[in-house]
Amino acid sequence: MSAGSVPSGYEVNDPGYPIPQENYLTNSKGILSWAFTLDHKRIGMMYLVGVCSAFLLGGLLAIGIRLHLFAPDGILFNNGLFKWLAPDKAPNDIYNQVFTLHGAIMVFLFIIPSVPAALGNFLVPVMLGAKDVAFPRLNLSSFYLWVCGAVFFVMALLASGLDTGWTFYTPYSTTTDSSVILATTGAFVLGFSSIFTGLNFIVTINTMRPPGMTWFRMPLFLWATYSTSIIQVLATPVLGITLLLLIAERTMHIGIFDPEYNGDPVTFQHFFWFYSHPAVYIMILPAFGIISELISVHSHKRIFGYRFIAYSSIAIALLSFIVWGHHMFTSGMSPITTIIFSALTFSVSVPSAIKVFNWVATMYKGSISLTTPMVYAISFIFLFTIGGLTGLHLGTLATDLHLHDTYFVVAHFHYVMVGGTVVAFLGGVFHWWPKMVGKMYSELGGKISAAFVFFGFNLTFLPQFVLGSRGMPRRYATYDPEFAALHQMSTYGSLILGVGLFVALFVLLVSLFKGKKAPANPWGGATLEWNCTSPPPFYNFDRPPVVGDPYEFGNIEWDAESDRYVKVEPKRQIVPSEKPADSPAHASE
Amino acid sequence: MATTDAGLASDAHDKPGHGHSDHGHGDHDHDHPSYLAHHFDTPEQQFDSGKLGMWLFLVTEVLFFSGMFCAYAIFRSWRPEVFEGCSQFLNTKLGAINTGVLLFSSFTMAWGVRCAQKEQHKLLTVMLATTLSCATVFLGVKAIEYSHKWHLGLLPAGLFSYDPANLHPEGGPNYLAWICAPFIAITIGVAIWLVVSFLRGAKFQFECAKPLFVVCLFFFVGVGLGTILESGADKEHSSHDTVAVSDAHGSEPGEGHAAVEGHDSHADAVASTDAEPATDHSTDLALIERLASDSTNTGLKADLEARKMQSELASGGIVYDVVDDTSATVAHAEDNVLRPSRAGVFFSIYYCMTGIHAIHILAGIGVMVWLLVRSVRKDFNHNYFGPVDYVGLYWHIVDMIWIYLFPLMYLIR
Repeated sequence: MSAGSVPSGYEVNDPGYPIPQENYLTNSKGILSWAFTLDHKRIGMMYLVGVCSAFLLGGLLAIGIRLHLFAPDGILFNNGLFKWLAPDKAPNDIYNQVFTLHGAIMVFLFIIPSVPAALGNFLVPVMLGAKDVAFPRLNLSSFYLWVCGAVFFVMALLASGLDTGWTFYTPYSTTTDSSVILATTGAFVLGFSSIFTGLNFIVTINTMRPPGMTWFRMPLFLWATYSTSIIQVLATPVLGITLLLLIAERTMHIGIFDPEYNGDPVTFQHFFWFYSHPAVYIMILPAFGIISELISVHSHKRIFGYRFIAYSSIAIALLSFIVWGHHMFTSGMSPITTIIFSALTFSVSVPSAIKVFNWVATMYKGSISLTTPMVYAISFIFLFTIGGLTGLHLGTLATDLHLHDTYFVVAHFHYVMVGGTVVAFLGGVFHWWPKMVGKMYSELGGKISAAFVFFGFNLTFLPQFVLGSRGMPRRYATYDPEFAALHQMSTYGSLILGVGLFVALFVLLVSLFKGKKAPANPWGGATLEWNCTSPPPFYNFDRPPVVGDPYEFGNIEWDAESDRYVKVEPKRQIVPSEKPADSPAHASE
Repeated sequence: MATTDAGLASDAHDKPGHGHSDHGHGDHDHDHPSYLAHHFDTPEQQFDSGKLGMWLFLVTEVLFFSGMFCAYAIFRSWRPEVFEGCSQFLNTKLGAINTGVLLFSSFTMAWGVRCAQKEQHKLLTVMLATTLSCATVFLGVKAIEYSHKWHLGLLPAGLFSYDPANLHPEGGPNYLAWICAPFIAITIGVAIWLVVSFLRGAKFQFECAKPLFVVCLFFFVGVGLGTILESGADKEHSSHDTVAVSDAHGSEPGEGHAAVEGHDSHADAVASTDAEPATDHSTDLALIERLASDSTNTGLKADLEARKMQSELASGGIVYDVVDDTSATVAHAEDNVLRPSRAGVFFSIYYCMTGIHAIHILAGIGVMVWLLVRSVRKDFNHNYFGPVDYVGLYWHIVDMIWIYLFPLMYLIR
């Protein structure tokens, strides 16, 4: 991609340092050099391509759902084309399979690995100042396990579909004819992929920190990744055994979950949510990490409340293990249990709110550059706040009994998962894209994509809050005509959202060919990844990085002459206050 | 590509003069030793990373099994009588032998780690081979246990086909032969390897094949041991009838297999609880019975009924079915406890837990064979013994899990 041309860079570090001729993209060539690479950056890029393909597949299924729901009786899957494609399937069956696969693919193949495996793999060692993750082979095997899991899901799709919903609830999942075994095997394998990534990051952050990189000099993205990894390591094995028992239930009827053999379906729900609730935080915590970086860098201001944000990530990780029951308020738990789970659920909102307040406080009086990543980050704060606050309605027992399994729930988790994680993921990709490929993209194109995504997303999911509170149940292929207008708004919104995502993809792809060469530090960031060239060399740093404060922007300034950020001596002596970590030390003010 | 670049990087590392880690810095910096991966600075860093990674992996293993322990706890608390009754089908002697074998293998594994640290290559090979032999003995004994139960139809809920009237159904596959077949194939393969490498004078291969052949043979030692103990249990069976009568809880005969054989004594054993109360618990019952015969003591009557029911439930000989079988009586007891939907759940959990444990044993065998080959190659030294250490940790956790499984499955009556 960026071979041949002489890489610029090192202006931040040391202009006299010899410029490396090779970067990680060019140091070896050929398809095999990618297939067997142990380089975390290449593995991260392969993950990025992989998860984006899964996102495309899941997104097309989502568009299918929305198109079908355009009319009260459904318009897509009772179309002649589908009769021809699948003559023995009723339109409603197709609908069931489409929403199931949309959910399963999005959760297991896209959101869970999106930030940790794709961006995390690329960034964790670079931000840390290490040469690689602790176990490069394990890292590569984790990627191939992901591929293997994806193959299982595609096989399930092609074999006889899957119609259980992504949660695989028993007893239906033990009796349906669809390919539950293929899909659960896929999820089981993906679980191992996820465990290996998490394990690798924990060890890397614990043992590979270079001299000077203390725990509280780590960028907040690393804190978020660390807490995510804790959840991945602690929760995913439980999903593994649950799915294994489900497979055994289907093949041998072991009678643990299947009521026909005196099993207990609610036990399955407990086991499943013991993983899957923490999994929600596997999805959102790394997004928090991205936002912490984005807000701080693009406001050119020290992050407000560094330690609070760091600790709140750990707090969320730990709390996530004791709130799973709130998915089961209507499954017949005892009243006292539901009350306890409800109360614990509210406690999660405290660390989440701490983060949001700190981000807003960081922006306050910062010199904000409204770049594409920043626009995404600001949309994140807006959308995540809506998603988080509507979670309180669902955590409250009395309202949840009405809202359970309605579109309100659908809208809530899409606000958190799409408005939160996906928007943060996009913001992160736009933020680190120059570092990953060494090219700048069109700012205007990026902002247009952000605008489409923001507007389309809200048009899709705001009406669903109304639908849900009026009683429209989720997972239905048809509905009362009174809901038609809102459903149509939602469908229009989903198309706009889709356009926005394609614009983003287009902008990034165009930049590969037409983008201008990216400098080492295009945004003026202070974390270590901006110290190495764009794209980074094979060993990340040609000499060990000097670890400094990750949020000290006082000595990084825009140099109009060379059109890039350069490191300067601080113009003004920064007077250390009593609490240096929280003091606003922005030199240019 | 690794050597030159790594040399450059570690060269540069010296410049800032951060004394990150003292040991091995001086001698290894310029020639990164072959066992040190390029992205680590020192052998210590590599070892620490590996060790932390292994511990985290063990955490995931514990959590993986915790799901099944949880299922065990839930179902046992719901149907204690089924668990206690069905546990008698398990042969305690075989379980105890396997526990002992695994404990011993943990000892030899730990010794092996010490050997690797002290660079005693010969002894390390011996220790690994001993550990492996214990593992195959374990699997041999397990093969006997499994095949015997499958033969009797003691299977998970959906496949459960145990019939006390027809203990030896005709026409079933020879399960033991099927389990042994792959091991026989591997043994023959190793034997051929041994002979070929000897004839061709390939010393290294011969050194590897020799201990591995012994390890393979030990599987059949395990099978033999299991067979002897299973048939021994058959012989003892006559004495168990008397045990059953005097046993206060009316529990079935002591040894698992005998329970199957002596099944006609089952109803007697249950009936004897009421007829001849012998020990503390039954004495309680007798006392309450006497007191309850006083018509003023109405409360005690209900209590007596409850206690009788409890005692019957505890015997495993009768099942109180909340759904549809409230009129269960001693006469119906036999087919009740062994109805697929009930007994099956115990065997489901038994097969899931011991089966997944056995898969872990197989995985352990796989990695230890790899270690054994490396140990013959003299790969390990005082700076580099991580792999032996990590596999050792894994092996200990597999033992630990068995040490929990053994009492929970075999010793609960």
